[in-house]
Amino acid sequence: MKLDIVSANRLTDGRVVYLTRDDGWSESIIDGRSAATKEESADLLADAERAVEAGIVVAPYLVSMADDGGAFAPLHFRERIRLFGPKHNRDGGQPAGRVA
Amino acid sequence: MYRYDEFDHAFVHQRVAQFRDQVARRLSGELSEDEFKPLRLMNGLYLQLHAYMLRVAIPYGTLSSRQMRCLAHIARRYDKGYGHITTRQNIQYNWIKLTEVPDLLADLAEVEMHAIQTSGNCIRNVTADHFAGAAADEIEDPRLWCEIIRQWSTLHPEFSFLPRKFKIAVSGAAKDRAALRVHDIGVQICRNDAGEIGFEVMVGGGQGRTPMIAKTIRKFLPKAELLSYLESILRVYNQLGRRDNMYKARIKILVHEMGADALAEMVEAEWRQVREGFVDLPEAEVARIERYFAPPPFDPAAGSDSGLDTARRADSEFDRWLEQNVDAHRQPGYAIATISLKSDGGVPGDIDAAQMEAVADLAERFSFDELRATHQQNLVLPHVRKGDLYELWQSLKAHGLAIANRGLISDIIACPGMDYCSLATARSIPVAQAISARFQDLARQKDIGDLRLNISGCINACGHHHVGHIGILGLEKKGVENYQITLGGRADGEAAIGAIVGPAFSAEDIVGAVETVVDTYLDLRETGEPFIDAYARLGREPFKERLYAAH
Repeated sequence: MKLDIVSANRLTDGRVVYLTRDDGWSESIIDGRSAATKEESADLLADAERAVEAGIVVAPYLVSMADDGGAFAPLHFRERIRLFGPKHNRDGGQPAGRVA
Repeated sequence: MYRYDEFDHAFVHQRVAQFRDQVARRLSGELSEDEFKPLRLMNGLYLQLHAYMLRVAIPYGTLSSRQMRCLAHIARRYDKGYGHITTRQNIQYNWIKLTEVPDLLADLAEVEMHAIQTSGNCIRNVTADHFAGAAADEIEDPRLWCEIIRQWSTLHPEFSFLPRKFKIAVSGAAKDRAALRVHDIGVQICRNDAGEIGFEVMVGGGQGRTPMIAKTIRKFLPKAELLSYLESILRVYNQLGRRDNMYKARIKILVHEMGADALAEMVEAEWRQVREGFVDLPEAEVARIERYFAPPPFDPAAGSDSGLDTARRADSEFDRWLEQNVDAHRQPGYAIATISLKSDGGVPGDIDAAQMEAVADLAERFSFDELRATHQQNLVLPHVRKGDLYELWQSLKAHGLAIANRGLISDIIACPGMDYCSLATARSIPVAQAISARFQDLARQKDIGDLRLNISGCINACGHHHVGHIGILGLEKKGVENYQITLGGRADGEAAIGAIVGPAFSAEDIVGAVETVVDTYLDLRETGEPFIDAYARLGREPFKERLYAAH
């Protein structure tokens, strides 16, 4: 099963945020509001565009999520990097010497 | 080094005030993102994957201890405590908040720094040989001309909206350490047959998706005419450079399509007109700027007894660092020390605030208050008394900065890649870390010898992979990171673009593939033959054969 959520960067500090079920924005993907159909995805983007106009976020777009062994996770590795942060020691990511 | 005059101070402070107002209007909703984006880019502010990134200009890579301390302050106050030295001798901060940028820029202005023209389709930070003013093989210090170009190009009204970004490098030494031939314009200080000093001018080099080596369009340009000639090149480019396709907009495409001779003719024709009305820099102004780059007050007695040989014999680790990271200085009794920012398993080019402050202290104590950032993402103390080298090394060691790997396989150039960059197609940093971990034994690195390994996380080639002896380009294929290897690139006086060796490798296999390339070289090299010479002799076939033997 595949779902969409909306992600963007917060205007004030550029941090990665997700559109939530109560039409707010959260740094936690768990709070993200998901869409299962094209119509629901279009609604998500429309809500996100209103937040752009309100000066809350910048450049929203749909992120595809897939069932990853019982929990939903972003399909694309770029979105996983946005979610978890840089994968090296300095920012608390995985240890040096690991690529994957 | 150069100090701001009233004009410099005024325009940098005005620019801070202007951007403060622009940020306020963006936050209030008065400006949309489409309206604000070109304004923030003109001030070096990008929106990347996780946050805003600010690129701060370090003109021709030269900075003082005071400036370095301010960069440390910015890392602590406005970022996560570190910065990243770039391949244009600048520094980037990766975790900046838009709301704090005006205060940050005001702090920078206090130490005569800014982020103007570190982005956008304008003339970017002019780069130079990082050993400028110190190198034993130097004809003349290029920084005087870099500074003159900086003043001419900063906020130049005619060249603020070029077809594409424009990069200029200047070198005054026989050996090209500034990658002149992969710049839009490379300026080489040289002598003509009469012994006069002037410039060889190269045009149309660059990397990115269409890498090109610059062509010489003028073998000798008198010193006094540099600006009018540069103005002529920029005018021809501004008129003829393509604006309909950003991938074909750099001057290298123009040179390639019309030919270097035809471009040279157009530039000369333009120059004949430009020279008539052009106000060259008055000699007195050149002399004024030149005074800022006068040699520091070297001690003439410094060469008499440095005690260096005793320290070398007593400490083999120091001896290794000296051999690898210290270069000959033009002044007897002095040396140039490179501080490697390529620690084992570290992020190439990253330096934390405490290290910045330590380096600032050491520059003050041992190098006449002067520091350099290199396009290879290291730092340099340009004027160290030989008798102070052992003490310097001990201090560097205490801060994890005495890594004796300059020019070896772990001295990797790497762009931020997809760990930070919104344009990237793959990650660079973990690959660099994995390679440096695989080759962590310094004795092994030393045995491999001089080897430039460069990694880019996309075809824009910020990690200079095209000119790495071994280049790695990170790409995405069907949602998975893949890494293509190029061999035989080089950025020196014999500049060449590396050749793709074959199909790309997975993230899991790329480090092993690099090791196979190195092992092939070790098996086939002749005595004392560096990697790049062995590749020139052997070609790519033996490497290709080994790399794909199992496939």
